[in-house]
Amino acid sequence: MKPILSIDHLKKIYHTKRGEILAVDDFSYDLQKEQFVSIVGPSGCGKSTILSILCNLDQKSDGEISYDKNIRIGYMLQQDSLFEWLTILDNCLLGLKIEHGLNEESKQYVISLLEKYGLKEFIHSYPSNLSGGMRQRVALVRTLATKPDILLLDEPFSALDYQSRLAVSDDVFRIIKNEKKSAIMVTHDISEAISCSDTVIVLSSRPCKIKSIYPIELTDKKTPIENRKCKEFAKYYDKIWKDLDFHV
Amino acid sequence: MYSKEHQTYLKNIKRTNYLVLFFQLFIILFFIILWQFAADHELINTFISSSPKMVVKTLVSLHQANNLYQHIGITIWETFLSFSLGTLLGVIIATILWYKPFLSRVCDPYLTILNSLPKVALGPIIIIWAGAGMKSIIFMALLISVIITIINVYQGFMDTDPGKIRLLKSMKATKSQIYFHLILPNSFGTIISALKINVSMSLIGVIMGEFLVSKSGIGYLIMYGSQVFNLNLVITGVFILCIVAALMYYSVLYLEKFLLKNKK
Repeated sequence: MKPILSIDHLKKIYHTKRGEILAVDDFSYDLQKEQFVSIVGPSGCGKSTILSILCNLDQKSDGEISYDKNIRIGYMLQQDSLFEWLTILDNCLLGLKIEHGLNEESKQYVISLLEKYGLKEFIHSYPSNLSGGMRQRVALVRTLATKPDILLLDEPFSALDYQSRLAVSDDVFRIIKNEKKSAIMVTHDISEAISCSDTVIVLSSRPCKIKSIYPIELTDKKTPIENRKCKEFAKYYDKIWKDLDFHV
Repeated sequence: MYSKEHQTYLKNIKRTNYLVLFFQLFIILFFIILWQFAADHELINTFISSSPKMVVKTLVSLHQANNLYQHIGITIWETFLSFSLGTLLGVIIATILWYKPFLSRVCDPYLTILNSLPKVALGPIIIIWAGAGMKSIIFMALLISVIITIINVYQGFMDTDPGKIRLLKSMKATKSQIYFHLILPNSFGTIISALKINVSMSLIGVIMGEFLVSKSGIGYLIMYGSQVFNLNLVITGVFILCIVAALMYYSVLYLEKFLLKNKK
């Protein structure tokens, strides 16, 4: 099957006054349609850089990124970055306004998303009235509003406490599967990566290179919370933990 | 109905509020009575320190001479003009600096110097350039308020959460879209607080300007009074100024409340 996105020998060098830093070296991966891929790696290794380059926030230094020109990419950040002065609905319409795609139809679509994902009664509330988990869900709807084909999730849950984190990752997973999106998630949480994804890519420390790729095959695969109970879970956890080679 | 504890709690809050108000009034009344008492018993020289009664008399005679309101009106008008112009210009210039980071770096030392320079030192130059009239006064007040506005508002623009900017950039927003969707509404609070600073700055500028050039206004009254050694007039002028300043400050405060309410 033709991949929806292919990254070929991606390289990124950061230039600073003190010198240059090789952040990403020779990263190649083909993302399939409706695939959920997680990238884990030591903190500061350059995981997020890959996502930034994919959505044009950063320039690549070398390599090829190719995807069909009809493919749209949505980006979801660690912070929900909701605008406090806009209602939940207006926050979610932001992307459409920016690309001048706001019309009655697209607005109805966003409202239907909000309703579908349990935010109906908050449509006209302000972000300050919402819990952290709900805010993150709003951020996801905001990302979905422009109908992207690929979602880039940059540590989307790390600003939340553990309980909400589990709940929200379940929510987000469900929403992404429901809407049949492909996703690349960057995280430093091994169990989150295993429980959500079809494939986990483990990166080495800076400059980040692909260390190993694990297709996650769980018997009885369900939602992220349920997946944590699968018997293969511990095995993958152990392998990835060893790969990360973490020393205190 | 609240519980007994809660009622006492509310009562206590109320009592403290009354107590504060009481002492606030007490201080001013005590001061006025003491002043009058000292004047009546010739403990102070009323020629140089005036007295509450004399201030009232001066107020009445100014009122009868019918130009009291003209003086007040002119000062308020000048302050209002320089206040609005200063805010508007300040926000516009801050916007330009935000759009052009290079320009902002170039201008940085000049803004710093202009900000720390006592603008009254430019008074003589301003008079020569703009003439000895209202233009000079407004120019002076504008100079004082605009620099501080630029600096504050620009700072507000720059303090915008980089995560939010990233978000808009990931949506492929243009620079003006980022400005209108994010930077400007996000800096609303900063602009409002700049308004509060500006109203006092403009008044300072206007009074300074009136000291230097004018033929009317509260600053003129005070200056004229000191020149003819009529301390009654000087103190009356200061008294009027206190009231005008307070009124203007509270109107901006009211405006702020109004705008914030409409915002949400």
